[in-house]
Amino acid sequence: MTAPDAAGLRRLTRELLAAHPPATTGRTDFLKARFDAGLAWVHYPAGLGGLDAPRSLQPVVDAELAAADAPDNDPRRIGIGLGMAAPTVLAYGTDEQKRRFLRPLWVGEEVWCQLFSEPGAGSDLAALGTRAVRDGEDWVVDGQKVWTSSAHVARWAILIARTDPDVPKHRGISYFVCDMTDPGVEVRPLRQITGEAEFNEVFLTGVRIPDSHRLGPVGEGWKVAQTTLMNERVSIGGARIPREGGMIGPVARTWRERPELRTRDLHQRLLTLWVEAEVARLTGARLRQQLVAGQPGPEGSGMKLAFARLNQEISGLEVELLGDEGLLYSDWTMRRPELVDFTGRDAGYRYLRSKGNSIEGGTSEVLLNIVAERVLGLPVEPRNDKDVAWKDLSR
Amino acid sequence: MTARTEESQPPDLLYSQAEEDLRAAVRSLLDDRCDVPEVIARTESDAPYDPQLWKALATGIGAAGLLVPEKLGGQGAGHREAAVVIEELGRSVVPAPYLTSSVVATETLLALGTQDGPAAELLTELATGRKVAVLAVPFSAAGPDTVAVTAALDGTLGPVADAVAADVLLVPTTDGLYAVEAGTAGVVVEPLIALDLTRPLATVTLTGASGTRLADAGTARAAVRRGLLAGAGLLASEQLGLAEWCLTETVRYTRERHQFNRPVGSFQSLKHRMAHLWLEVVSARAAARNAADALATGSPETPLAVAVAQAYCSRVAVHAAEECVQLHGGIGMTWEHPAHLYLKRAKADSIAYGSAGRHRETVAELMELPAP
Repeated sequence: MTAPDAAGLRRLTRELLAAHPPATTGRTDFLKARFDAGLAWVHYPAGLGGLDAPRSLQPVVDAELAAADAPDNDPRRIGIGLGMAAPTVLAYGTDEQKRRFLRPLWVGEEVWCQLFSEPGAGSDLAALGTRAVRDGEDWVVDGQKVWTSSAHVARWAILIARTDPDVPKHRGISYFVCDMTDPGVEVRPLRQITGEAEFNEVFLTGVRIPDSHRLGPVGEGWKVAQTTLMNERVSIGGARIPREGGMIGPVARTWRERPELRTRDLHQRLLTLWVEAEVARLTGARLRQQLVAGQPGPEGSGMKLAFARLNQEISGLEVELLGDEGLLYSDWTMRRPELVDFTGRDAGYRYLRSKGNSIEGGTSEVLLNIVAERVLGLPVEPRNDKDVAWKDLSR
Repeated sequence: MTARTEESQPPDLLYSQAEEDLRAAVRSLLDDRCDVPEVIARTESDAPYDPQLWKALATGIGAAGLLVPEKLGGQGAGHREAAVVIEELGRSVVPAPYLTSSVVATETLLALGTQDGPAAELLTELATGRKVAVLAVPFSAAGPDTVAVTAALDGTLGPVADAVAADVLLVPTTDGLYAVEAGTAGVVVEPLIALDLTRPLATVTLTGASGTRLADAGTARAAVRRGLLAGAGLLASEQLGLAEWCLTETVRYTRERHQFNRPVGSFQSLKHRMAHLWLEVVSARAAARNAADALATGSPETPLAVAVAQAYCSRVAVHAAEECVQLHGGIGMTWEHPAHLYLKRAKADSIAYGSAGRHRETVAELMELPAP
């Protein structure tokens, strides 16, 4: 069977809509039918929600469905599953794992989280200490993970753990799918700077994971994790945004609507940041045009850096612009939101939350090293951990 | 070039194959004919511009006529192609009156819309590289408000970029736009000592000079605005090319230069500065391409696209040149090393066709973000 072109996808989408009219079909039923028709992610293989079509044709399907007011699968709520778990399962999973995990993941029946970072291994992710020890057909996992968004609502987690402490740190890691409902998995809210507990700590105590839930070979979990992390960075900054679509939007609106707040100093800073936000938007647009044209550039690595700095500066300006109102905060009650919300609530929240933008998903400092070494080809930092067994590293 | 009429059409921010081919031709010419010692030697002579290089660029490659329709002797291409040429000229800090004659003066004449007569004839001569013309306004002018010459072609103007290389001065007056031949009675072009050694500046003094009237005052005003808008928009591409050279050369140098028994480019404090600069250059490319595409398609967004590109790229070019000097250490301060040529060009460019602050004011007007 050859992969459909744009016209073919349009026809298949209309057939799906005719057979399952959104107005009279339940949300989950519609999403299941869409998955089974291969219109979930068209670049995935047939039988796994796709049709082996070019990835660039997904917007054809999305536009048809949006025009018909069809329900969506709430990509924000299932972002970790969609953006990180799914591509990794697809690349490294067995046929059985793909059949078991991908459909409920895409439909949104099962939420995923990511058990990668640890209190002692943040940017130096490969230094992780959570142990997985083989016991018959199972692995027994002990350790602690941190910064786990969605852990309190997740059914599954992608997990990296150390299976061999006697080899250098990148070589002794394996990659698993962990059932978050299993005994020994304890999720504790981690209250943050904003007052919210958007993240969690996850304690793993004698958790038994069957070997059939391992992704990729034993000891090659770092390589598998690279697939996950690359997809994570692709998904950041990938969305198309309109002018004033980001953090600059609310500030510009406040400036227009409330002339009494304007000062000369704030005007100069606002204009500088407005221009930078517009240029960042254009840079993102250029990156997407390169991807569509099949000439992916390294710009993606930079977009996260740009947005982190801009979000922080703009939200800082917004608090100042509001003057007396900027002294106030909406609510310090600890909540446990299901979604990561960067732009919601008030200016004070945006200011505080944006501080995470230069830390989460790789700190800006680490990303700058990556740009310098992999894009510009500058010499790598001297390293003293490459040939030392993990157990002999200082901690 | 095909004009896109639908407003919903997003700007094309990439380079076409034809544009890449043009880039390769220009770069190859400059590699052969315009090396750094040559540029430095020329800046110290009375003849900053190399007529043979100009001829090869203008007529050999046909760069001078990119904006001019074929029926007037040009290439009938557009601003996207001209921007690529300017990127390359910026990358090599080439002394050549391209931006002033082939873009600003040419665009001003094109805006008059005449198909025959003296303006059309002059366009043909500019497009084929036989003559050089400059718009006789201060190089810092961002709009037609700076026109100072009275109706009688009397007065002093300056600093005018490339006036020393011009055969024809386009002089906007309160009475209209005049073409004044350099070297005729009542026209004195007096060279100034410029910060940027690669783009000569001069004072133009007119004392009862005579010229050919090309347009009335209203038409002239709109045409000057158009010429300066194109100049500012494509200047962003010069700033992009310049910044890119500074980054590439700094990366190359810091990989090779050893101190403390390591390449200095392996020190994180330097790597981060170059990575930041890379991000700025990548962003400047998007902004400059957006301005060039807006000019090429006649988009209603052009004034905003140009203002954004200038407000952003000016700072990036200066920053790149300053980092280039600093990260080269003492060598960056020497006359032999080309870094100073780039720094001087970048700083002068940040004033040319309106400063970044001036362009931010335009953004404030267009986006309704008024001052207090």
